[in-house]
Amino acid sequence: MDTIVNMSSALCLLLGSFLCLSGGVGIIRFPDFYTRMHAVGVTDTLGAGMILIGLMLQNPGVLVVLKLLLILLMTVFISPVASHALAKAAYKNNLVPLSNSNETKGGQSHRNPG
Amino acid sequence: MPVGRLMLIAATIAILVVMILGIIRGVVGPTLYDRILAVNMFGTKTVLLISLLGFVMGRPEFLDIAVVYALINFVSVIGVLHFSDSAVFKHDPHDTESPKEES
Amino acid sequence: MKPKGDRVIETLVNIVLLIFLVITAIAIVRMRDLFAVVMMSGIFGLLSASFFVAMDAVDVAFTEASVGAGIATLLMLTAVTLTGRSEDSKRHRPMWALVVVFITGGLLIYGTLDMPYFGSSQAPVHLHVAQRYINDSMQETGMPNIVTSVLASYRGFDTLGEVVVIFTAGMGVLALLRVERRPGIDQTMADTIFYLMHERHLILRIVTKMLLPFILLFALYVQFHGDFGPGGGFQAGVIFAAAIILYAMVFGLHTARRVVNRTFVRLLSAIGVLLYGGVGVVSMLYGGNFLDYNVLASDPVAGQHLGILLIELGVGCTVAAVMVIIFFNFSGRRNSP
Repeated sequence: MDTIVNMSSALCLLLGSFLCLSGGVGIIRFPDFYTRMHAVGVTDTLGAGMILIGLMLQNPGVLVVLKLLLILLMTVFISPVASHALAKAAYKNNLVPLSNSNETKGGQSHRNPG
Repeated sequence: MPVGRLMLIAATIAILVVMILGIIRGVVGPTLYDRILAVNMFGTKTVLLISLLGFVMGRPEFLDIAVVYALINFVSVIGVLHFSDSAVFKHDPHDTESPKEES
Repeated sequence: MKPKGDRVIETLVNIVLLIFLVITAIAIVRMRDLFAVVMMSGIFGLLSASFFVAMDAVDVAFTEASVGAGIATLLMLTAVTLTGRSEDSKRHRPMWALVVVFITGGLLIYGTLDMPYFGSSQAPVHLHVAQRYINDSMQETGMPNIVTSVLASYRGFDTLGEVVVIFTAGMGVLALLRVERRPGIDQTMADTIFYLMHERHLILRIVTKMLLPFILLFALYVQFHGDFGPGGGFQAGVIFAAAIILYAMVFGLHTARRVVNRTFVRLLSAIGVLLYGGVGVVSMLYGGNFLDYNVLASDPVAGQHLGILLIELGVGCTVAAVMVIIFFNFSGRRNSP
């Protein structure tokens, strides 16, 4: 039982670090703001969640587990809302997403200002 | 060294690497919103780093700081977005890094 | 004594964080766009908080995380919206200034060669008063957190000075930047704007409504838990102010002013300082010295508890009120609502 808990804690920490690293690589290599935000917004929340669950499984004591649970709940709540607000503000301020060509293919590629 | 402790140290190093990637994007990022994104990511990573350091150094009181940090990060990002709406940021003549990107 | 592997890890983390600090500082100096500079200084504050955590200074890290990385970024942003976004170009090359800075820096580094090593137990700062604080703090004040007992009881005069400085800063901002009531925007127009903007910011408003009571509750927890863990008046005041500022940003300045009106906030900042000084005067009336908490109750340890509780409350009130005053006055000058 003890080794199972240790192993799953190590596994969660490993997964969480991998997800955070891929988010970091994404923010450097993706070509456009919106794609970068997609990378960071998704992997931030899940990576943080995995790392916090891994820490909880390290078995430190009731109060510490409660505090970690609190941080987990807040991260799951706050991080998507912040990404949403950021994307909405960027879109409203006429930040145009990268597109392959300037021709309209059945839709508008350039937003009307205002 | 037991596996759990090794994983903690590996996770700390991974978070430090991600932090430097965030700083790079914050310095380079051509538009304003890239920088706000970098700061937001940096804030979440700081919360994780403080929690991990608390476990590595054996001091669970650090988690209070992590809770405060998560809340303050949210307030900060909302604040920055609120101010980026201001008229100054749209029509500044010195603005060489305009927020519009052409494809 | 910690095993050697731990010390290596800690040294590694310290060195890496310091390198990041240097990179961020260089980036702040070289960038011309002031908004980006404010963002980078937010990152700088976060790195400093992590660095303090790595050095085991928990209360300082707490204060740095809440003040340096949160509130300072917001206040600098309000200042940048008033001044304009880019730095003025330089008109001359400051060669002489560079020479003077190099010479001064060199002299300072030469001066540090004489100082004791970092963390050495023979350093003067560890020898005289610190021993007494560490040994006697638990018996004399009855609280486990030595930082709070030193801040509030052993060095109470210094903390009184700090609170008065914060209060003076708030008064300075009021004297220079006070915004008179605008005749244009009245109650019904403010309500209309509020309801019109509701659709646009729906998700944000709902989530903020759910988070706000939690942030306020957490500020109270930090205020009163300062005896046993990291926390205390300064940090609690800043978190409380952050909650009010969040409300003002998401729901509009006008709505926030109705919740927390001007007179109340100014009164609160004065009450904090008055509470602190009042505790000192009351202890003089009971026969002890100024700010001597032993005489406040029948038992000296209970007296210390009561005294520290009251002055931390005073500190929290003043800090929260002054931060709110500064933010409302800065952002009341912006053009857009």
